[in-house]
Amino acid sequence: MTPATGRAAGVGTEGTGTTGAPVRFRDLVAAERIKMWSLRSTWWALGLILVSMVGLAAYAALATTDGWAGWSPEQRSLHSPLGDAFPDEAQLFVILAASAVGTVAVGGEYASGLFRGTFAAVPHRGAVAAAKVLVLATVTTAVGVLGAAAAFTVAQVILTDVGAQMSVTDPGALRGITASALLVPLSALIGTAVAALVRHSAPAIVAATALLLLLPTALDEDERWTAMLRHAMPVAAWQRLMETGEPPPWISLPYRATVGGAWGTYAGWTLVAALLTVAAIHRHDP
Amino acid sequence: MIALNALTKRYGRTTAVDDLTLTVRPGHVTGFLGPNGAGKSTTLRIILGLTAPTSGSATVDGVRFRDHPRGLHHAGALLDAGDVHGGRNARAHLSALARSNDIGRGRVEEVLREVGLAAVAGRRIGGYSLGMRQRLGIAAALLGDPPVLLFDEPFNGLDPAGVRWARDLLRRLAAQGRTVFVSSHLMSEMEHCADRLVVLGRGRLVAEESLAAFAARGGRADVAVRTPDPAALAAVLTAEGAGVRREDGGLLAVTGLAADRIGDLALAHGLPLHELTTRTASLEEAFMDLTADSVEYGGRPAAPVAAGEQR
Repeated sequence: MTPATGRAAGVGTEGTGTTGAPVRFRDLVAAERIKMWSLRSTWWALGLILVSMVGLAAYAALATTDGWAGWSPEQRSLHSPLGDAFPDEAQLFVILAASAVGTVAVGGEYASGLFRGTFAAVPHRGAVAAAKVLVLATVTTAVGVLGAAAAFTVAQVILTDVGAQMSVTDPGALRGITASALLVPLSALIGTAVAALVRHSAPAIVAATALLLLLPTALDEDERWTAMLRHAMPVAAWQRLMETGEPPPWISLPYRATVGGAWGTYAGWTLVAALLTVAAIHRHDP
Repeated sequence: MIALNALTKRYGRTTAVDDLTLTVRPGHVTGFLGPNGAGKSTTLRIILGLTAPTSGSATVDGVRFRDHPRGLHHAGALLDAGDVHGGRNARAHLSALARSNDIGRGRVEEVLREVGLAAVAGRRIGGYSLGMRQRLGIAAALLGDPPVLLFDEPFNGLDPAGVRWARDLLRRLAAQGRTVFVSSHLMSEMEHCADRLVVLGRGRLVAEESLAAFAARGGRADVAVRTPDPAALAAVLTAEGAGVRREDGGLLAVTGLAADRIGDLALAHGLPLHELTTRTASLEEAFMDLTADSVEYGGRPAAPVAAGEQR
């Protein structure tokens, strides 16, 4: 009748499973995976990201095929099939949704008080945080890759109607797909870092959005230092990685970002966001 | 076993826990009592390594809790039934905790049955009553079959049957040789399940003793006697050296004589008795007396209270 009470009086710490052994990182990862997939909001958010990436790509490609007949040769030459696959509005949505997913993964656990139970079970907070970051990064990368591949395919299939499509082997195509795919985990990790610092979901979402979307708009490229700052922004880096050739001759860009610099921005933000998340969660009492 | 040594926690100028030295031993249910704001929850959080003490130490089985790699095997805790994500179901909530400590799925089902939530384990916690959440918190504490169990106000929100179930469970866990440490701000809850009491007031240790020793503090053990002729009986008892005090409803409160002796005397003098009750001091009163000076958020009567009960 009482399976939970199998202990004989005076027995030491022998219980279920092994007790003295160090906690295994793969167990923590598995636990975080259970947490993530057991929330409906995860499915909704990731589903929305996929649907919006594909849907907005189709919409942009259809707009091109509809107007194609009336376009001048110059307009046609400026058309970017990569831009149709990954239109700005899709990336805006991806950044909003993915950073919210990251924010809620950490902020929700602080807000609900669940971190207290989590840390009473696993006192090594840094390891818990690292497992959470790893699970979130893996899942959002998978969604990003899936969404970007589907968006590219759908857009190019539609553009085939007017012969305006590009192939994945064309210069810059794979780079644009990869950059768009990785924007999902990048935004999610920035969301977790902000939430780990702020520890409340709603203000963290606002802060992450401001950091990702509003801050770059405040920076122009007229001065060398403002250009450098702008290039260090994730959205600006994504825009640079989406450029397949040289900018049109009438646009003057004295301080144009490099492709390597843009990838560096991606890597830097990812690394800093992951480390900040782990350090902040480790430091603060739940 | 839980050992606190000169444990102190300050938040700015407020001292939540003040130089607390204490040992909570296995094999007993130890009640952890104190008014609201006495520092009970802070102490429990420090024991679990969730809050760092300002000075002093807290150990679970001789080791600082944060140095235990897998917490659930060393101490199970219910701190706040609300510390769950309402969007998850009970089974997923417990499975994630269990998995982090390498505890199998079978154990999750066992504790769900143990607390009576097996039938609703697939429902979202958001729809649970407070009583169901308390049961879920208790299930989480039991997951690792730990030698030490900490419960913060576990009876909150439980219905009478649930309170009885929880009491029996706590006693059973102690009987199995575990250390069971249960906080409450209501003495009446502890009266029926604790063997030992630790009383905290304003972060300081006020009492640490057995339930019986604590009850004796009240010092108001007497015998209540009801008779149709109280004046005659009072005279007889006073002549025998007893202290007699009249209470409302013609009741006599007799001190200094045992009930059997009072009955014998009444019979010898031909006085009928309608009631003869030995009264021990109420634990509630002993608790109130002890913590009266250390109530953090005590209310003051707005207007003078009618004479009688004012202290």
